Amino acid sequence: MKLIFEKGAPGQHLSLMPPCDVPEVTLSESRTAPLDLPHVSETELTRHYTALAKRVHGVNDGFYPLGSCTMKYNPKINEDMAALPGFAQVHPLQPVETVQGCLEAYAEAEKLLCEITGMDGMTFQPAAGAHGEFTGLLLIKAYHTHRQDTARTKIIVPDSAHGTNPASAVMAGYTVVNIPSGEDGCVDVEALRAAVGPDTAGLMLTNPNTVGIFDKNILEITKIVHEAGGLCYYDGANLNAVMGVVRPGDMGFDVIHLNLHKTFSTPHGGGGPGSGAVGCKEMLRQFLPGPVVEARDGGWQLVQPEHSIGRVKSFYGNFTVVIKALTYILTLGRAGIPEAAKNAVLNANYMMKRLSEKYTMAYAGPCMHEFVMTLEDLHHETGISAMDIAKGLLDHGIHPPTMYFPLIVHEALMIEPTETESQETMDEVCGVFLELWELAHTNPQALHDAPTKTPVRRLDEVGAARNPVLRYTKA
Amino acid sequence: MTFPAELKYTKDHEWLKMLDDTTALVGITDFAQSELGDLVFINLPQEGDEVTKEESFCDVESVKAVSDVMSPVDGVIAEVNTELEDEPQKLNEDPYGAWIVKVEKISGYAELMDAAAYEAFVQK
Repeated sequence: MKLIFEKGAPGQHLSLMPPCDVPEVTLSESRTAPLDLPHVSETELTRHYTALAKRVHGVNDGFYPLGSCTMKYNPKINEDMAALPGFAQVHPLQPVETVQGCLEAYAEAEKLLCEITGMDGMTFQPAAGAHGEFTGLLLIKAYHTHRQDTARTKIIVPDSAHGTNPASAVMAGYTVVNIPSGEDGCVDVEALRAAVGPDTAGLMLTNPNTVGIFDKNILEITKIVHEAGGLCYYDGANLNAVMGVVRPGDMGFDVIHLNLHKTFSTPHGGGGPGSGAVGCKEMLRQFLPGPVVEARDGGWQLVQPEHSIGRVKSFYGNFTVVIKALTYILTLGRAGIPEAAKNAVLNANYMMKRLSEKYTMAYAGPCMHEFVMTLEDLHHETGISAMDIAKGLLDHGIHPPTMYFPLIVHEALMIEPTETESQETMDEVCGVFLELWELAHTNPQALHDAPTKTPVRRLDEVGAARNPVLRYTKA
Repeated sequence: MTFPAELKYTKDHEWLKMLDDTTALVGITDFAQSELGDLVFINLPQEGDEVTKEESFCDVESVKAVSDVMSPVDGVIAEVNTELEDEPQKLNEDPYGAWIVKVEKISGYAELMDAAAYEAFVQK
């Protein structure tokens, strides 16, 4: 299809521009060449974006079991609340006395999320999960530096971690120590004990971990790190499995990031922006990025924490995302939050059980909110890889699961149905998975050729990686 | 899949070709490249870097994942095959020709297998 720059003709334009009601100024550094903007009519513009929208797949189109991404339904009431003029038509530079309601919403979201996670304070500045990890690690660094405990240079990360964990640690100036997982996919406690020492700044952990297992040794794990003088960082990617049921703060974690765009039902991916809120225990609050919202003199104020690490984003994060998450929490309430988590776990176990009929699970069940299958045997027997099955799913209008992750599982497919899918949908999807299993044995070529019904066929991923064309140049 | 008899192999799927008593070429095996799939990037070490047996000295990236390449020996990197930077696919096309580094001053070895033992190891 054509790019918007390839459509239209000079002179075509929109009729939406209101008359200018402010004095015109000449900028000191004016351009010599005109801006290269598309010349399209409103009709063409609308059709262009509608055509693009028809070529994508989102949670509103169909099942989207992308493991570790929690692609749950985004309730429309969230959008209604975020669109209220008092939230939508404010400017971040307005005087604080004119945005007291917005600040109160921040404070309320902080209070509720701290209650859910067992933390004492929170910042909404980080714009996404990895940004939150980076911020959380800077808090850990500030804590050690403030105590003049400067020999702590290492962050311990299990080999099942999301790739962002070691990357964030390196960005924060740390050296990463990888520790192996045990047979059960959980942290090898003895390997951890051997890895900690006076150079340990902290441990980064996802629990339940990336293979969908809740680490039963969690209290011992956080104790080992604390006794060595390190802090414990909780990657909130998988909080959906346990929200309202157990609290990371009670497991011994000191810092946590939440993906509001996963767990708390705000739009995710292209529908973003995201929010990687970071929570912490009391002793770390003084280091939080500023400003934070505090109650002072009978009102709400934006204040700078005493030893703040500084800003990590302009203003105070993605505000309407926080409103959407707050709406979600208030809609579900104290009983609904844990019920959602339990249903997420129930749905994953339901699908795991049904798919076990043919597919090999990487770890023995039961699982938490997601599970990992290994297609290694299928690949050896039929030549059909996890990639081929993923492509086959596309022809059935199903978004593929997470593929080839975690790295410790070969030919991995990681499925996270979330709590917002019905039994009927899951039955239908399990039927498709089992059908593709049969097809792998009876007509593998059909799967090698998939997808055939999508707007584009199989993409040349290798070509795209080896020769990426990242800039559009006008012919 | 091939397993040249003159090479030594690690359980992490690297090969080692001794040039003299303390110098050797290191690469990844045919099995490694076939498991990784089409390689699209290699993060090469630098000449003069020290390498430690069973520790990563380089990483390779396929469309599936990034994987560490472990050193089979303790030593110092004498030469880096910089051709791979622009053509990482050579690791797929000719895994035993596309050496990654030449290591000198070798002072220790990881546990190494001969071709027959390695072939049995990957078929397990």
